[in-house]
Amino acid sequence: MMLDATVFTQGLVQVSEVANLAMSAAGGVETAVTGGPSFLHLFTVFVLACFVGFYVVWSVTPALHSPLLSVTNAISSVIIVGGLLAAGPAAELADVDLSSLMGFLAVTLASVNIFGGFLVTQRMLAMFKKKK
Amino acid sequence: MSADWTGLAYLVAAVCFIMALRGLSSPTSARQGNLMGIIGMIIAVTTTLLDPEVISYEIIFAGILVGGSIGTVVALRINMTALPQLVAAFHSLVGMAAVLVAVAAFYHPEAYGIGTFGNIGTASLIEMSIGAAVGAITFSGSVVAFAKLQGLVSGNPVVFPMQHPLNAVIGIAIVALTVALVFGQDPTSFWAIVILSFLIGFLIIIPIGGADMPVVVSMLNSYSGWAACGIGFTLTNTALIITGALVGSAGAILSYIMCKGMNRSIFNVLLGGFGGDTVAAAQQAGGSRSVKQGSADDAAFIMSNANQVIVVPGYGMAVAQAQHALREMADLLKEKGVDVKYAIHPVAGRMPGHMNVLLAEASVPYDEVFELEEINHEFSTADVAFVIGANDVTNPLAKTDPASPIYGMPILDVEKAGTTLFLKRSLGSGYAGVDNELFFRDKTMMLFGDAKKMTEEIVQALN
Repeated sequence: MMLDATVFTQGLVQVSEVANLAMSAAGGVETAVTGGPSFLHLFTVFVLACFVGFYVVWSVTPALHSPLLSVTNAISSVIIVGGLLAAGPAAELADVDLSSLMGFLAVTLASVNIFGGFLVTQRMLAMFKKKK
Repeated sequence: MSADWTGLAYLVAAVCFIMALRGLSSPTSARQGNLMGIIGMIIAVTTTLLDPEVISYEIIFAGILVGGSIGTVVALRINMTALPQLVAAFHSLVGMAAVLVAVAAFYHPEAYGIGTFGNIGTASLIEMSIGAAVGAITFSGSVVAFAKLQGLVSGNPVVFPMQHPLNAVIGIAIVALTVALVFGQDPTSFWAIVILSFLIGFLIIIPIGGADMPVVVSMLNSYSGWAACGIGFTLTNTALIITGALVGSAGAILSYIMCKGMNRSIFNVLLGGFGGDTVAAAQQAGGSRSVKQGSADDAAFIMSNANQVIVVPGYGMAVAQAQHALREMADLLKEKGVDVKYAIHPVAGRMPGHMNVLLAEASVPYDEVFELEEINHEFSTADVAFVIGANDVTNPLAKTDPASPIYGMPILDVEKAGTTLFLKRSLGSGYAGVDNELFFRDKTMMLFGDAKKMTEEIVQALN
């Protein structure tokens, strides 16, 4: 357990450092096409996040594996940011094109998941009680 | 907000998500964890809404309102026994959202700063097609899993000749189309990738049988994470990448734990065809041998005279919704001074942790519920093992018969208890299609009937 915790914190620190790096890189080292952080930076964040995920998930107690599924489901709906950016530019109904329509649908689907996922997790967790 | 602040906010959101998972290490910290998850989501959404490019608040709020209401109603109304199919349905939505975002990015790359239509960078195109393909697989795969769990289609594996070569050909075609997309930038390749991915998602889940659903649900959870990751790379969004990686590894680890709980490799599960027809054939085999059959009164008498009873719940308990009656029975036994504990096999039920949630729903305190490794040594000192709706996970053949399909699977040692009570509808074999030797032993008493009805009868007999 101790080992897990240390590795976990180290992972956290690493991820945040790297993400910071990537962030400052966004202002400096830009790739010509995207104008965002380079692929390597994103990939670094990705690999470290996999390690954090690995250690955090192994520390989840098996009794809570169902809430783990539903809460990961809810947080993966952070994909809603993609939908928001796609729906974003259409100021009026007349501006709605294929992309903003897709964005609107993505926002709707992800919202079902966000509200539904967190609520059902909350419902499940509220049932887990200790002996009186 | 400047790019730096936006990036920082996304990072905070991602850290909140990590803490949400971290909270699940114990039931006491889990609710706070869930709260962290909600905070993270609010931060991520608000940050995106403050992006100067995002101006269509009406459209966005309409989407959130409609989706949010549906999600809220479903989450509040859903019956806890229907959780596995709910999770499958939710996975399909994440998958579909990923496909939709990929389509939007393909036709309007300016919104994400990744070029212009027909002139998108190679890396972005590859990331986009990975996101779209994995999202589409998650969607159609989850729809099949949902249909099987909900009972809309039979849970039996669907197998046909040349199934795996066909899947392989489609897989290769998707990769080839991705290459074509990078060079041609044409919408035809893009849509072909999406459509073939929908098809392959459907095809890879149909051969997998009902009781392997814990693996399928975990695996699709993992896929939904990787889909989010793919989109995160396309959008150069660290919150999406980190979250996707967390979810991806969570699902992968759960799949691994489930496979280990059955001593089968992930490939064995994925190739499918396990269970189903063989079950029907094997069911007739056990007919000629005699078993000791008992009534609810017998069971009540045996258990009330015991010092320790260990309850082993399985999918049969979930189907019959017997958890509330079971807890009542345990309460009465405890009043009589009997020590009651619950033993959970990793693959009991139709999703990881399914039994734990159902027992919690029936107000069984979680410190009376134990995992296989924690409690297995206690069966030898227990007077009674009360097996309700479980079968394969107690079958001693897993230890003794190398030819058996369940050989090597860790089992709950109910055979070591003084008396083993099996509450089952019939003598039928379990999912794996093998007879359970235990039914025919002297120390075993079979209680035939619906799990809920029989448990209620035992409760009456105890009163």
